[in-house]
Amino acid sequence: MAKKTFPTRRKILTGMAAVGAASALPDITRFAHAGTGGAPIKIGFQVHRTGIGAAYGRWYERTTMAATKVINDAGGINGRPVEIVAEDDGTDPKRGAEVLEKFANQHGCDIAYGTLFSHVVIGSAPRAAELKMPYFVVSEGHHVASGMLNRYTLQPGITDVKSQVQAMAPFVASNLGKKVTMIFPDFAFGHNHRDFFSAAIEAQGGEVVAKLAIPPTETSFTKYFPQIPRETEVIYHVMVGPSVLTFVKEMGEFFGPSAPQIFGFIDSLEAVDFATPGLEFLEGTHFWEGMPRYAQADQTEYDKFYRAQVGVDKNGAAVEDPTNVSTYAHMFGCWETLYVIKQGMEAAGYAGPKDRTKLIEAVEAITDMPESNEHPQGAKLFNGKTHQVFGPQYISKVVGGKLVVQHTTSLEDGFYPDEVDYTTQSF
Amino acid sequence: MEFGPHLMLAMLEGLVQASVLTLTALGLSLVFGVMRVVNVAHGEFFMLGAVLAWWVTTMLGGNPAVGFVIALVVAPLLVGLMAAAADWLVLRRVEYDPERTIVATIGLLYIIQQVTLMTYGPDAHPVTPPFNTRLAMPWYEFTDAGFQIYWPWGLSITSYKLFVIAAAIVTCLGLWLLMARSKIGLILRATQLDSETAQAFGIPVERVFALVFGMGAALAALGAVLVVPIQQAHYLMGGDPLLLSFIVVIIGGLGSLRGTVVAAVLIGMSDGIISVFFTPTLAKMLATLLVAMVLVYRPQGLFGAKPA
Repeated sequence: MAKKTFPTRRKILTGMAAVGAASALPDITRFAHAGTGGAPIKIGFQVHRTGIGAAYGRWYERTTMAATKVINDAGGINGRPVEIVAEDDGTDPKRGAEVLEKFANQHGCDIAYGTLFSHVVIGSAPRAAELKMPYFVVSEGHHVASGMLNRYTLQPGITDVKSQVQAMAPFVASNLGKKVTMIFPDFAFGHNHRDFFSAAIEAQGGEVVAKLAIPPTETSFTKYFPQIPRETEVIYHVMVGPSVLTFVKEMGEFFGPSAPQIFGFIDSLEAVDFATPGLEFLEGTHFWEGMPRYAQADQTEYDKFYRAQVGVDKNGAAVEDPTNVSTYAHMFGCWETLYVIKQGMEAAGYAGPKDRTKLIEAVEAITDMPESNEHPQGAKLFNGKTHQVFGPQYISKVVGGKLVVQHTTSLEDGFYPDEVDYTTQSF
Repeated sequence: MEFGPHLMLAMLEGLVQASVLTLTALGLSLVFGVMRVVNVAHGEFFMLGAVLAWWVTTMLGGNPAVGFVIALVVAPLLVGLMAAAADWLVLRRVEYDPERTIVATIGLLYIIQQVTLMTYGPDAHPVTPPFNTRLAMPWYEFTDAGFQIYWPWGLSITSYKLFVIAAAIVTCLGLWLLMARSKIGLILRATQLDSETAQAFGIPVERVFALVFGMGAALAALGAVLVVPIQQAHYLMGGDPLLLSFIVVIIGGLGSLRGTVVAAVLIGMSDGIISVFFTPTLAKMLATLLVAMVLVYRPQGLFGAKPA
């Protein structure tokens, strides 16, 4: 008996489903011609929507969208609108590199931008160089200026940790104490703090008496605190990840009424409300802020403008939800970086991916960035050789549950000798 | 810190951790003991408990103590119902086949985690403890002046952490009474011993399985509600409890509730003490090493029955 050769009903259905699925795929070829003529300039935005960096990611995205809207309302860049192509990297270095590939090969982005967490930057930057894609990070890490990365990676919107802590150490040594115990997250960003603050406080005649490295995924902290030596005069804390609030609360419970001086990086409480129960002990302690979260008495018109555009109230929270506290001390970096990209693209006459190296050269040529709506955090100086910007830093004290600026460092406080000259590297 | 107060603090921290771990691991052990199901989604039920506790306390607002007490009842109940539904809809359909249930519970793990991410979001949220007073503790020393009491720096616990320890002890006693003294306990033990014979004697094994799966998840959720005022609710928080629960259950003997309690206290305390004196990484390494030793030299666990 001859076998029937007709396809079964199930096979037909499967085949139809496959054809349907294929036609539903995005048309990849249409991205191939992007980046010319009046088409938008595509900026691939590597954003920490999930993972341990999610709170920062949410606000980096909001700031980026606000800046893009202001830029586009004013006519875009070189007469072309800016389009942000956001992709979640899960705050994961491996995924970060994959996201850069998506930007280059699938979305046809002109540049990549926006990464914060240092391990994602370090994991992604080599891929950016291989893809010959300019990569503008907003990370604070010293890895850009240290020469560890490459000519395609730039950090023109936020000061690096080495410069921040060097500018801050004199205040700590002369106002708070000289024997410091450091508590920091155990990855590249925390190691920057450990290495550069130790050196900076020693230069001030102080010393670091203990160093507590804590994994950024840790959820319980009391067990680390007994390593704090009794002679400690100042606790220097910087913590990241979803458990920062637990960290600060448990620190308060550990010390009780007999705490030493406490100097924290606001990272330990970014996106956290100071009115949260358990944080009362922070009254009178000091924090570093990249940009003051609470609108100060001498608030500049630039800060007013920036706050209004991003939708942040005078307490640093979202205007529509006062419990949604921003990462105000960091996210200005996104705003300012986008304006540096705009300035660079205009100077280079950027028309498409073939001009990527011209864009990098144009950004390397930038030096002074005056305080303005484009640079609301303060006047800055960009070092084209090290691809790193230098800005003012703010030291604030908790007074009545709000951060009040006590001291603003000068740019010179944060200068250090160049460790690399990327401009001598070939593209 | 001097040795004495340091050890005291380490033991207190270890006890808090052991309390939560005991509840979580008991849930896992119960499910394995009765159903012979390795529930990889157990950590996600823990996480759901924490997230629901946040949700309940935030919805109610007002006095944190009232919200917390309601969460203590509502969150484990809801998680238990969800788990029972998952058992009814998924595990029963794969006939509790060991390999397939592992794959099915891995699927559950991702579904629960991603749905939480999509609804609750990627941020950690705190739950205000119902009460939280810092209790400084005295220590003694012998000086030239003789015996003296003093208050060492950092030696303290909070009233809430003491409550967590007490609540865990009460729950364990309750579970023991349920298993040893009630009719439900008798049915559970009969099903654990031999489910086919139990069915032959008219025990509705399928319903018992759904109940047990729900109870196991509810225990994890209860542990999470207790811990969430100390830590915070976060969609990725289920990983560590799952790993530690497996370690505890393997050391204690799969399915042995008594072994689970002993192993949880052992692991929790040693984790606390080793983390304080050395590093948390070393604590995890030693626990894992202990699991390897148990698997090599005593595969049935410390309290497990030898396979016939």
